[in-house]
Amino acid sequence: MASSARRRRAAAKAAVWASALTPAAWLIWRATHGELGANPIEEVLHRTGWWGLVLLTTTLAITPVRRLTGWHPILRYRRLAGLFAFFYLTLHFSTYLLLDQWLAWKYILEDIAERPFITVGFAAWLLLLTLAITSTRGWIRRLGVRWQRLHRLIYLVSALGVLHFYWNVKADTREPLIFAAVIGLLLLARLPAVQRAVSRARAGPALRAGRHVAER
Amino acid sequence: MGRVGGGCVRIHIHGSDEIRSSEITPERIYMNRRRFVGRAAKLAAAAAVSPSLLACGPSPGRSEELDDAGHQSGGVGPSGAGGRSGIQERDWSAVRSELDEPLTPYDDVTTYNNFYEFGTGKTDPARNAHTLRPRPWSIAVEGEVARPAVYDLEDFVSPHRLVDRVYRLRCVEAWSMVVPWRGFPLADLIRRVEPTGKARFVEFTTLHDPEQMPGQRRGVLDWPYVEGLRLDEAMHPLALLATGVYGRDLPNQNGAPLRLVVPWKYGFKSLKSIVRLRLTEEMPATAWAVAAPREYGFYANVNPEVNHPRWSQARERRLGQLRKRPTLMFNGYAEQVEQLYAGMDLSRSF
Repeated sequence: MASSARRRRAAAKAAVWASALTPAAWLIWRATHGELGANPIEEVLHRTGWWGLVLLTTTLAITPVRRLTGWHPILRYRRLAGLFAFFYLTLHFSTYLLLDQWLAWKYILEDIAERPFITVGFAAWLLLLTLAITSTRGWIRRLGVRWQRLHRLIYLVSALGVLHFYWNVKADTREPLIFAAVIGLLLLARLPAVQRAVSRARAGPALRAGRHVAER
Repeated sequence: MGRVGGGCVRIHIHGSDEIRSSEITPERIYMNRRRFVGRAAKLAAAAAVSPSLLACGPSPGRSEELDDAGHQSGGVGPSGAGGRSGIQERDWSAVRSELDEPLTPYDDVTTYNNFYEFGTGKTDPARNAHTLRPRPWSIAVEGEVARPAVYDLEDFVSPHRLVDRVYRLRCVEAWSMVVPWRGFPLADLIRRVEPTGKARFVEFTTLHDPEQMPGQRRGVLDWPYVEGLRLDEAMHPLALLATGVYGRDLPNQNGAPLRLVVPWKYGFKSLKSIVRLRLTEEMPATAWAVAAPREYGFYANVNPEVNHPRWSQARERRLGQLRKRPTLMFNGYAEQVEQLYAGMDLSRSF
C-alpha cells in the first residue's frame, strides 16, 4: 500500500519534471534543426521569458488551487514550480548577457541603469535568485517565520515580470495583459476577504441553507 | 516647416525632360511613349546583359544600384513573368551592398516581417498574408496634384523603368537586413502626377480591408496604416516605390503589390500594400506617431544618437549575424540625405 503510494508519487514527480522541461527540450530541438527563424537569439529570449512567466504563474496558482479543491498534495510541487521558473528566467537572463550582448558590460550596465523594462526585469531576477537560494530545507529551518515573509516576494517578482513584458512590447499588449489579469486574480485570491468567501462557498449548500435561516 | 521645398521640387522638375514632355502630351500618349522607350531600351540592353554585371563591386557613387538593363518597363505583369526567370539568371549570393555587406537570405526577408495587418508576430504575415489579393489593384493619387486619378496597378507602374537596388533596412526594434528591392524612384511618380505649389508632404495609405487583412479586426493600430514624407524627402532619389524583391514580385507579406522603401528611415516608414497617395499642405498624422507620440515621430530617421525611450538605438543585430553592430547615422546614407535635415534638431524632430 505504502509502496504503491510512493510509486504514484514518483510517477507524478517524473511527469512534472518532464512537462516543465519540455519547452526547453523543444527549444533545443528547434535550435539544432535551424527552426528558430530569422532572428534566433530574439526567439530564445522571448520563449525563455515567456515560459518563465508561465511557471511563475503556475507557482502562484498552487496555493489557491489547493484551497479551492482541497487537494493538498499539490503543495509538494510549489517549490519545484518556483525553481523551474527560476531555471527559465536564468536561461532568459543568460541569453541576454551572452548571446544578445556578448558580455558587452558597458551596454549591459547602461541597459540596467537607463531602460526601465530592463531595470525591472533584472530586479525581478535578483529577487528570484534570493528565493531560489533560500528554498532549501536548511534555509527554511534557519529563517523560521521570516522565511514565509521573505518568500512572499514571489508576488513582487511576478508583478515586475509582467511589467517587464508589458514595457517590452511595441503595441500589441494583449499577452502581457492576459498575464497581468491571471496573476492579478491569483494575488486577489490571497486576500483574507476572498479566502473567507471561498471557504464559505466550499462549505456547501447545507451551510448556505443554514445561514439563510439564520439571516432571517 | 518653411524650409520644406517647393523649391526643391521645382529644381527636379526643371531637371527632368520627361516631366516637360508630359506637360504638353496627353497622358495616354505620353505613357505609351514611355512604354515604347522602355521596350526599346530593353531590346538594346538585352544583348549586353550578363550576370556578371549584376554582381556590383565597390565603386564610387551609388554602387548599390544593380544593372537593371533587360528588365521590363512594362509593369510588374502577372506573377512571375520576367521576375521568376530573373531570380534564376542572377547569382544573388554575389550581390552585396555598397558597404560590401551580403544580402539577407530570401527566406529571412520573406518570413520575418512586421506587417500588423496580418498579425503582430514576426512570422504571422508569412503565415496569414495569403488572404491578400494583390491583383487587381488600384492606387489613388489625390490632393495637391494637377491630375488626381485612380490608376490600375499596371498603368501606375508601367511608365517607369524598374531598377534593382540593394538597401539596408533598419527596423526601429534594432534589427536590420540587406534587401535587393525592385522598383522605381518615388520622385519619378511624383513628377508624373505634378504636385501643385501647395504640396509640401506626401501621405501614403495602406489598404484597409479586414477581409483581406485579418489583423485589422483588432485595434492594435488606428487602421488604415498611414505614413508620410516631406515632399523633399519623397523627391530624394533613394526613396523607392517597390514592386519586387530578389527579382520577383513582392510576396504578400512584404507588401504586395506596391510598397514604399525609404532606406535612411526606420522600417515602419516604408509602408506596404499602398492604395493611396495624397499630396498635402499639412504634415500627415502617421500611424506610429499617432499610436505612441512620445516614442515615434514623423521623421523616424535612423539615428544611433537618439534612443527609443525604451531601448537603445546605438547598435543593431543584422539578421544572420550573432554580434550586434553599430548603427550608422541615417542607416549609412548620411552622405546622400543629411542635407535634407540641415539645421534641424534631430533629437526633437525624431
